[in-house]
Amino acid sequence: MKKYLPLIVLAFLAALPLVGLSSYTLDLIIMVFMWSIVGMAWNLLGGYCGQVSFGHAAYFGVGAYTAGILYLHFQVSPWWGLPASIVVVTIFSFLLGLAVLRLRGPFFTLATLATGEMMRVIAENLVWLTGGNTGIIVQRTWVDKTNYYYIVLAIAVVAFLTVRWLVRSKMGYYFVAIREDEDAADSLGIDTTKYKTIALCISGVLTGIAGAFYTNYAGLIAPEIVFSLPDKSTATIMIVMVGGAATFFGPFVGAIIMVLLQEAVRNIPGLGAAYQTLFGALLILIIIFLPNGIVGDFQKIKRRFNFGGADK
Amino acid sequence: MSLLEIRNVSKFFGGLAATSNVSFIIQRGEILGLIGPNGAGKTTLFNIVDGFYSPTKGQVLFKDQVISGFKPHQICKLGIARTFQVVKPLQRMSVLDNVITSAFLRAKNKAEALEVAMETLRFTGLEQDKDVISRGLPLGKRKKLEIARALATQPELLLLDESFAGLNHSELNESIEIIRNIKARGITIMIIEHHMKVIMSISDRIVVINYGQKIAEGTPLEIRNNPLVIEAYLGEQHGA
Repeated sequence: MKKYLPLIVLAFLAALPLVGLSSYTLDLIIMVFMWSIVGMAWNLLGGYCGQVSFGHAAYFGVGAYTAGILYLHFQVSPWWGLPASIVVVTIFSFLLGLAVLRLRGPFFTLATLATGEMMRVIAENLVWLTGGNTGIIVQRTWVDKTNYYYIVLAIAVVAFLTVRWLVRSKMGYYFVAIREDEDAADSLGIDTTKYKTIALCISGVLTGIAGAFYTNYAGLIAPEIVFSLPDKSTATIMIVMVGGAATFFGPFVGAIIMVLLQEAVRNIPGLGAAYQTLFGALLILIIIFLPNGIVGDFQKIKRRFNFGGADK
Repeated sequence: MSLLEIRNVSKFFGGLAATSNVSFIIQRGEILGLIGPNGAGKTTLFNIVDGFYSPTKGQVLFKDQVISGFKPHQICKLGIARTFQVVKPLQRMSVLDNVITSAFLRAKNKAEALEVAMETLRFTGLEQDKDVISRGLPLGKRKKLEIARALATQPELLLLDESFAGLNHSELNESIEIIRNIKARGITIMIIEHHMKVIMSISDRIVVINYGQKIAEGTPLEIRNNPLVIEAYLGEQHGA
């Protein structure tokens, strides 16, 4: 039974649009999957490899703009942005890695924060390329959301399998070793710079693909949307920390909570913009009571509320 | 035949010479003890051999190849592994995963890494603790884990930095046994140790360092009777 569980879940997800969900519900689910992808990407670098990035908007935005610029300047379908962003973001992440991965701990984090903001300012000012603050408007392929759902689901599944495969391989052991003690890892024969660069590139690419998808799905990108520090970089960290860093399902759980919370708060008059405040408060509570996130500390939650029954 | 040669090595930190003009050779298959008072520069020397520092002057040669200036991971790949005086377990990993990580250096796949790791854990007597998260290990076992992790990289030369400090009597005897067994496997060992009884009983030769300089070299018996060594350890008056 347990062996077939992933297939059952997948079949359920594949059949989900057939039951006739409203466009609004489907939109929420699509956003959950998009955020899960970004969360999984961040988790690989931050959760497993221990390199905490405050600038994942940079990769999201570069992916989004790859699709947007292809459409705007080369008149090709923005869907080409998905494969193109793999190439562009790999190069971008590698070059960025050369600079920021020389730094450790908080210095690395500050450098990523700076690069995220730098990319936003660059996108705002390279008007001939990016359209500046006006952004880029892309003709959406479908009015109906079902196809977008299947595409984002496929990307999420591939991202999940990629991350899980990596984490269980030699590379995963090396990533965690680097997180736990970089000097010890070095003395065990691990080329820490090389493996940190690999983690950064894979993490960047997965985030970039999500960005390219976003361009296609949303139909509009602008610097303050896709390169946003609060809406993209910080939100990503919150998703992973709430869900559970260095867990396979943490990013999903975090994404569900954030998207639902955002929608719930948005409908309260006068409080609409405060969802991030609430999410921040939730994050503080999580860090105090469940430092490993909801998935990471699931056993603790079970014990606390006495469900599961085993240990009453 | 010499496995490692330290040739006129000096290391300055600002104006301070942590190591000055030290030379000695380690023969293949021997246990070389490195002793000296606190702050004499023993660990600095380890850090130079293992690539964390590059020497200000002089060279380190491993199997006749100059290795000073190489990075620690490159030196580990060549066949030199070390333990740390202040143990550095990969805290949130299990004991087994710690050792698998280092076994991956030479293992072709995960199955082989697991096999090497399990064998190493049996060898160091940590088999029963394999699933313990290493943050929760008592000090004695952490010290053993350091040794196990270094061994799993399958080194030719093992550098042990105070692997006995803080151990109780029975742990001490176990560790001495482990080190003798490592030697029996043909692995050369350089060991820093303050525990005189241990160092005198397991070393084939001993190098004594004081104020960053080599003051003596010889068999344990020679070292025990060397007036310079007695002076460094017990003070001038006693020696006179």
